[in-house]
Formats: sequence, C-alpha cells, structure tokens
Amino acid sequence: MEAAMGLMRRIHPKQSETALSALLSLLPHHSSDLLSQVDQPLQVLCDLESGKEYILCEYNRDADSYRSPWSNKYYPPLEDALYPSSELRKLEVEANEVFSIYRDQYYEGGISSVYMWEDDNEGFVACFLIKKDGSKTGQGRRGHLQEGAWDAIHVIEVGAEEESIAHYCLTSTIMLSLTTNDESSGTFSLSGSIRRQMNMDLSVADGHLCNMGRMIEEMEGKLRNSLDQVYFGKTKEMVCTLRPPSEVVLRLPTADMP
Amino acid sequence: MAEEECELNEKQKREIAKWFLLNSPAGEIQYIAKDLRSVLNDEKVYNEAASEAFPLYNKSHLIFLELPNRSGDVLVTSYNELEENEFLDPRTALVVTVDHVKQVCTDVRPAADEELSSPYIEEFRCALDAEMLKYVAEAYPKGICSVYCVDGKDVEGPGSNFELVVVISAAKNSPQNFCNGSWRSVWNIEFKEDVQMLEVRGKLQVGAHYYEEGNVQLDAKHECKDATIFQAPDDCAISIANIIRHHEAEYLESLEASYSNLPDTTFKDLRRKLPVTRTQFPWHNTLQFSLTRDIQKELGIDK
Repeated sequence: MEAAMGLMRRIHPKQSETALSALLSLLPHHSSDLLSQVDQPLQVLCDLESGKEYILCEYNRDADSYRSPWSNKYYPPLEDALYPSSELRKLEVEANEVFSIYRDQYYEGGISSVYMWEDDNEGFVACFLIKKDGSKTGQGRRGHLQEGAWDAIHVIEVGAEEESIAHYCLTSTIMLSLTTNDESSGTFSLSGSIRRQMNMDLSVADGHLCNMGRMIEEMEGKLRNSLDQVYFGKTKEMVCTLRPPSEVVLRLPTADMP
Repeated sequence: MAEEECELNEKQKREIAKWFLLNSPAGEIQYIAKDLRSVLNDEKVYNEAASEAFPLYNKSHLIFLELPNRSGDVLVTSYNELEENEFLDPRTALVVTVDHVKQVCTDVRPAADEELSSPYIEEFRCALDAEMLKYVAEAYPKGICSVYCVDGKDVEGPGSNFELVVVISAAKNSPQNFCNGSWRSVWNIEFKEDVQMLEVRGKLQVGAHYYEEGNVQLDAKHECKDATIFQAPDDCAISIANIIRHHEAEYLESLEASYSNLPDTTFKDLRRKLPVTRTQFPWHNTLQFSLTRDIQKELGIDK
C-alpha cells in the first residue's frame, strides 16, 4: 500500500485517474484504502428538478446514487437511502446558499456543493466542494488559460459542543492544473495537488457555518499561496538551475575546455 | 486459480507495469520501478515490462550514461542507436553497449568505419560539435550534448543534402529535496546544398517535479524554426550555435514570464486572491444572506 501511494506521488497529476484505476485493478483488496487516500478530480451531475449541477463524492453517495444538495433527492432514485436529519438539513441548505456566494466571489463561476451528516460522536461532518473550469472555453474570465481546473475538497469534522466551544478539524485537498499556449512560448503546463489539515477550537457564538467558512477561506488562501510561491516556485527554481538566465551566466567564469 | 472478474491476466499486468515505467517523471524511473515491483508482486511480469519500457524511456528522456573508463558521458537517443543496446558516440568514435534496465554502460568498443560519417560530413559534424560544446559549457551548469548525422552520413562531397541533429540534455536530480527536473533540446538541421540554405528546427522540452508533501509538475514544450545560409563547416557551426543560443535564451525568458504572470494573471482565472471587494468574505452576515439574495449585487459583480 505504501508502494502504491509512492507511485501516486510521482505519476503526473494529470494521469492520476489512469494510475488509480490501474492500481485498483492490481490491488483489489486495497480498494477502499486507495479510494479514500488518493485524490481524484471531482465529477458532476445535473439535478434535473432545479436545473443546477452538483458535485459527486463519497459523502453524498449511497450505493450508486448521489444526493443533490438542492433537492435533497438521490439520482438515480433510491429507496431507503441515507439522509441528514431535518435540523442538519437546514444547516446544509444554508451552507449551500452561502457557500455559493463565497464561491462566486472568489471563483467568478464554478460549481459548489456542501454535504453534511451526523457522525457517531454527537457531532457532525461537513464536506464543502468546489469545481472550477478556468479555461477560456470554460469560465476563465480573462481567457489566459487553454486549460485550467481547480478542484477543492474540504472535510470538516465538528465535535460536540462543550461549554459553547466546539472543535473543528479541517482536511483540505486542492487539485489544480493550468495550461497556457501561444506561438512565442509554446505550451506551459503546471499541475499538482496538495492536502493540509487545520484544527481549531472556536466559540459557537457566531454559529458553525461562520466558523467553518472562515477556516475554509483561510485554508484556501494559504494553499493558493503555497501552490503559487512554494510549489510552482520550486519548479521555476529547478528550470533556472538547469539553464540559468543569461544575466547570471555572464557573471560566471567561463570554463576552459580541455 | 479463482477467476474473479477483477483478476488480471499476465498481459494486462505487463501493460500496466509498462505504463507506470514509461510515465515516470525524469530521473525517477528507478524509484517508480521499486514501488511497482512491490505492488505487482510478480518478478516475471515486471522483468518483461521493464525490458520493453526502459529502452523507450531512456531514449525519449535523452539520458546520459558515464563511459566505463569515466572519460565522459554518452547520450542514449534514437538518433545514435546502432543495434538495440548499442549507441554511438561520434566525438570519441566509440560504441557503447548499454543495459537499459540498470541504466549503465556495460561495454565499449571503437566504432567501425562504416558506423561513422564520411570525412566530408564529419567536417561539418565536428565543427558543430565543437561549437555546441562551448555553448553548452557556458549555458548549462551540467549539460551533455552531441551532434549526430541522421541523414546522408556517407555523402562523399558537395552535391547532396544531408541532415545533422544536435541533442542537448540536462538533468538535475535532488531526491533529498524532493525535486527533479530535466531540459531536453533537439535541433534538426537540414543542410540543403541545392538551395544553399540550412533549415533549423528546434524542439525544446522542460520538466520539473516537486513532491514534498504534495505533487506538482511542470511540463513545458516549444517548437521553433530558423534558417541560415550554407557556408564552410566552421562558419556553419558558428551560425547554428548562434541560432540555438538565441532561441534557447528567448525560450527561457518566456518561461520566466509565464511564471511571473502566474500569481496575478493566470492563476486568477482559477481563483482570485481576494474578492472584488478586496476584503474577506463576510461570513458573520450569513443571516442576511439566507434572507435576501440581493446581497450578491451588493458585493459587486464584474470588474
């Protein structure tokens, strides 16, 4: 299993779907571990009743059906399926609405979904998902990207309230890829995925949604910066190490060839 | 053996193994091989896949191997492949035998006359090789290059067209820093005697992989063309080297520009740093949101 995860870390992020299905066929006994630990781009279905799209994940799935956060119904229809309690569903509805606005503010498009369910410890778990196609044929506002995708999965475990304080454990995964293409510079493509965790104890005075929202916003900002400065930055550093820019080269002493 | 629906046959396993090996990032095939063997748990299938995948990987990644006598490096490419596992190094007029899976040179012998270019062609090849060595030494901290004749190597004198190819390969592997990268340039030069012109076509490919608590990869590719007049071997060599130097430097600049555009321009099409309001999202006003969706207009729309 460790070897399988090692392979996933090295294979190109764009090929992770192929790699995962290859590993699933080689290691059928580890399928549940693989599916839960390997990040995959998000899939989407359309809720015909509301005309809105929603994101698919393990947390809104029951058998082969997926529950829409808009209509609270499963597609394809399913009998005796799992639903959140009516109280939790109210929070879920509000979360979807608010998160939708948050999404629009930062992503200027895209699709979002929030799913909640009770857990065994008198708390609950919430999953906030965002999928954005930033390519110029998709929703890339400025037309820079020939191809661009951002998939975010935020899972928050909320502990039971104790003296008006609740414990929040957020695990966030971002998968992104972007490609620019033009005559003078050819194809430039960056892709990657990172996953981080954040734990906080917060007063419930402002409500769970506010606390979760703030954590997610902070986390997304940190991850965006990290990806841009650290991760992409390292690849840039590598390119400049392979072939330093000419200003640098001129300062180096010329080697004498034997 | 129980025939479950998900049980794979040997051929399927071998194809999967090959896929993983062929798709290894630059400099990481041995690590992938190690993990793959563990997952596959079938030495026979692994060995078959490796014997097919490694040669293809090595040639497409333009790997370079140290000569047995440690006197330099030899490139492994499809341009200098003689027999399977035999590669020519025209600069030293040696032929090396290579173990693709272990990625080492196992033997070396002098090249036979018929394996080398004719003296006429060799003049051009050698002059270009010397200029390329100078260029690569000054532009790349650790770059390996070579010049091969891919068409017309037996041309005896003026009157025929021929083609040379310049291969430059640079790699930096820092697994301890979780970072690896490679630069590959292939420049095809058609010497067109009939029109007294040289047509130059370049293919540049850069890759980098950073994987400390994450997995991010860069793939960049670029193709370019240029031309110059047909001259004496030394003059041709200098012109070609200048063309290559110019285009490669320009390409590096455009890569840097792509990177500097990232934070504020390109990335913005995916996710902004902040909303248009330039403040963080007002989560504490959620009650208002659920009551009125006109908040969307209030928070500002396009631009």
